Amino acid sequence: MSTAVNPASVVRRASAVNPAWRYGRPALVLLLAGLAVGVPLWLVAVTSAKPQAEAITPNLDLPRHWQQGSNYEEAVSQGEMLHGFLNSLLVVVPSVALVLILGAGAAWVFARRKSKLVSAAYALCISGLLLPPAVITIVMELRQLGLAGTRPGMIAVYTGMYLSTSIFFMTGFIRAVPVELEEAARMDGASPLRIFRQIILPLLRPVIATATIMVTLYAWSDIFYAFFVLGGGERATLPLNLYKVASAQLYLNNWHLVFAYVVVMSLPMVAIFLVAQRKIVSGITSGAVK
Amino acid sequence: MADTAIRTRTRTQKPAPAKGRAGKAGRLPRAAVHHPWWFALPAIVVFAAFFLVPNLLNFYYPFTNWSSYHPDIAFTGLDNFTTIAADGSLLRAIRTTLLYALLAAVFQNGFGLGLALLLEADSRFNRFFRAVFFLPVLISALATGYVFQSLFNQDGAVNGLLGTDIPWLGSTSWTLVLVTVIHGWKWMGLSMLIYLAGLKGIPGEMLEAAKCDGAGPWRTFWSVRWPMLAPALTFNVTTALIGSMNTFDIVQATTGGGPAGSTEVFNIYMFRIFGQGLYAQASAMSLVLFLVVVAVAIPLVIGLRRREQLL
Repeated sequence: MSTAVNPASVVRRASAVNPAWRYGRPALVLLLAGLAVGVPLWLVAVTSAKPQAEAITPNLDLPRHWQQGSNYEEAVSQGEMLHGFLNSLLVVVPSVALVLILGAGAAWVFARRKSKLVSAAYALCISGLLLPPAVITIVMELRQLGLAGTRPGMIAVYTGMYLSTSIFFMTGFIRAVPVELEEAARMDGASPLRIFRQIILPLLRPVIATATIMVTLYAWSDIFYAFFVLGGGERATLPLNLYKVASAQLYLNNWHLVFAYVVVMSLPMVAIFLVAQRKIVSGITSGAVK
Repeated sequence: MADTAIRTRTRTQKPAPAKGRAGKAGRLPRAAVHHPWWFALPAIVVFAAFFLVPNLLNFYYPFTNWSSYHPDIAFTGLDNFTTIAADGSLLRAIRTTLLYALLAAVFQNGFGLGLALLLEADSRFNRFFRAVFFLPVLISALATGYVFQSLFNQDGAVNGLLGTDIPWLGSTSWTLVLVTVIHGWKWMGLSMLIYLAGLKGIPGEMLEAAKCDGAGPWRTFWSVRWPMLAPALTFNVTTALIGSMNTFDIVQATTGGGPAGSTEVFNIYMFRIFGQGLYAQASAMSLVLFLVVVAVAIPLVIGLRRREQLL
């Protein structure tokens, strides 16, 4: 009982002791949030609603003339936003699905089997957590495989890059799940595939939520690898399109379009976060600190 | 007689090893039957084919003349390395990247830990502002870069607000620091969450005991909380350092490697040189990045793990 009460009472007493902190802390939080997050987001929001003439030198003033509608429309038509959106989805969704499914299968074996060979394979598979992908020779290999500039090639590269993360988190998670759960099902005659589908995968749900958002976040906003693998062309993803629009910025002064693009590109991630916030936070934190 | 004795002995001995073998034989296949290899196989194949193989190829192509100017690829020894060493880009890339990683890790962890301490108590106010400070993590790094470019341009919003005329992104010595602050800003929310989890993991009795012994907030922080945050620190510092060595988007969107190449990290260089068709030279730089990351990561992980055990 005392342990349940203690932390709260400590905090309360500390704030009772120091009134400056009691009122200073929320004030400081508000100030920091306003300056560090508020100002940049405000800039994006107002500039994306300004006409081009007002947006040439971006500032924090409210638009004298609101025209967010036509800006977003222009970003869609000129920046090929819908096309880019579709291209991004076609690459990111299969990559995330593969990372999760392949990762879960491997993590299950790595967590349950104990032999030198298995630990060696595990160590090799999580080496991608630290090692940088060799992007130049990836291009070389994809060319030889006939996958350069194609979506399957991009999906394969993303899957290879992010598998380490999902295997690492999932293996740690499965190790903490009692084997008895599986054994009970095995007694009832369940096959490994069935045990994996009906016991392991449902239990993995919290890690899957975290891995989904992290991998989606990385792949959705990636431009470096997309540059090398996909290039500009037909299959360009949203970040590649944003880069194109922003590079033209130098000559066209189109900050209003750049920021309309930024808003549209960011909204899906913010939406996913808001929907799955609690799961994501608990997943990130439980996986990282052991 | 002796014959039968031997035979009986062998017969009586037989069941023992047979049992042992049966037990062993039963255990091994059981593992194979219950957690068959083929569950891990697809992941291993994809990872090997699209992560390990390119990294292995990266130990060969830097020693060739692979480029868009030659129809075939021939072995040329250390030519690419002498080229990038002679024009100074090798040392500059190493220096810039290491400095970038160090500063980015300092800012990301400093901001993250500060926010975690500010927003530690579990109130509705704090939960809301945790989400607010997590927002930058959700915005793509490229977009972040453009937002800050428009803020810090010489005719941008910051100079407009302050009434100054400072070339924030035009200094060969300070722009790198500013870009790493932006990097820290983008990822501080993630570090904050992990530090919050570390703070939550500190037993309440421990803080109470420190209080009973007359420790003030500073003393409690340095003697109790800071050491207890070691695992969170290990994770945050490792991911921040290694992750920021692989940086590209923020630098490309704010400075593009300039001014005068002062922010040209490995990936910016590779991107630029690859665009010129000098593939082998880009691959050589990629190999150096690989070696630098390994050289930093291994002692770092070992050192931080040891520190955790000492504290």
